[in-house]
Amino acid sequence: MKNILLVAVLLCTGVLSAQNPLITREGTTSFFSHAPLEDIEAVNDKTTAAIDFVKGDVVVKMLIKHFTFKNALMQEHFNENYMESEKFPAAIFKGKILTDEAIDLSQDGTYSVRVKGGLTIHGVEQAAEATAMITVTDGQVTAKTEFIARPADYDIEIPTVVVRNIAEEIQVTTTLNFSTTKE
Amino acid sequence: MSKRIFYCCCFLLLLCTSARAQDELLSLLEETEPEETTLTPATFKGSRLINGHTVMTRRKGSLEFLIAHRFGRLNSGAYELFGLDNANVRFGLDYGLTDRLTVGFGRNSFEKTYDVFAKFAILRQQSGATTVPVSVTGFVSGAVNTLRPIDPDTEVPFSERVSYTYQLLVARKISPNFSVQLMPTLVHFNIVPENLSNDLTALGVGGRLLLTKRLSVNAEYYYRLQDRETDNYDALAIGIDLETGGHVFQLQFTNSRSMVEKGFIRETTGDFFGGDIHFGFNITRTF
Repeated sequence: MKNILLVAVLLCTGVLSAQNPLITREGTTSFFSHAPLEDIEAVNDKTTAAIDFVKGDVVVKMLIKHFTFKNALMQEHFNENYMESEKFPAAIFKGKILTDEAIDLSQDGTYSVRVKGGLTIHGVEQAAEATAMITVTDGQVTAKTEFIARPADYDIEIPTVVVRNIAEEIQVTTTLNFSTTKE
Repeated sequence: MSKRIFYCCCFLLLLCTSARAQDELLSLLEETEPEETTLTPATFKGSRLINGHTVMTRRKGSLEFLIAHRFGRLNSGAYELFGLDNANVRFGLDYGLTDRLTVGFGRNSFEKTYDVFAKFAILRQQSGATTVPVSVTGFVSGAVNTLRPIDPDTEVPFSERVSYTYQLLVARKISPNFSVQLMPTLVHFNIVPENLSNDLTALGVGGRLLLTKRLSVNAEYYYRLQDRETDNYDALAIGIDLETGGHVFQLQFTNSRSMVEKGFIRETTGDFFGGDIHFGFNITRTF
């Protein structure tokens, strides 16, 4: 019985120490809304992410207030009226990389993988799945994904007066750059 | 028996590893998250509370066009369509030179007044790494009354047409829905009737309450500390802010006709509770 406990503890610590996640705080997330009256774009270049390539776990987190718009008033409304960033400061994705082939970070290569998990925006979690491209070049790992998010799925209310200004489907692009060499 | 427990343990471990591993990754991210300072956003929807300014300055490079109307008095009756036959208007432009410094000018048809102003955000309410409990904005405006003299032979020198307003606007967004503002004010007229002082101090108080994300109720009151025995009244205004996309509509009821600081703070002649109420609106468009 004691042995079993010992094994279990070892197993636990083994799981922990096997983690060597890659971390970035300077990822870029942008979104694009195409509607009849206007196109709206915003960029968040302080997207943070951690990927454990050994186990295939992915976490991406960004603060809503870090999205910058060309139009300052639009940015204010985005935070105040749509995303309510005081109440829901961050958007978070937690998921897994689904792939048949192992991703080898020590060799240059390109992998197309599926990423599946839960995306929380505006305090609402929805299942999300997207294709991501992972590129390894000279110890630099780049992960890029594009997907569609629908404001309605996240209880983001769009009043009828601006229905022609804001798209029902928002195109989101995230690019994450990691370095495998320790600084 | 022990083998079974072992397998159970392994199975449970595997089951919770995935979700737990992601939570661990997340806390790993959050551990190294630098503590940031967050500027409290949108203490007020607009740069004007109702008649007067709010602490809000425009962002650098943004230009705001304002059209404001004040109609005649509600108690003027049906013949004047409750004041709607009689309107005065102010057109204005505000521009953000920096995030903290906004300048603007305007022209009010009431007494054909031109005004210029500058406002500077001295302190901005923020939380996080550094906490500042209030926003403080300094405000200065100058106004020129360009009405022709009643007697065309007399000349009114420019200096006698000019007046200045100095304000310290202190505001706090107490909750996401409720903000208050205090406005200690000094209005200086270069020339005044004999029984009045050139300088008038006043204390303004105002606030806004959000009813929905896009609709708020605002109130604003300026208490004059001197010259209370004149025929003038303290400026009182109640209104709503309605926000639609790039516009903010403000609809209000006030006892002031003027939309320039020196005018409504010092020269309000309407008795709000006697029915001398002007309906009005401000519309802003930001570019």
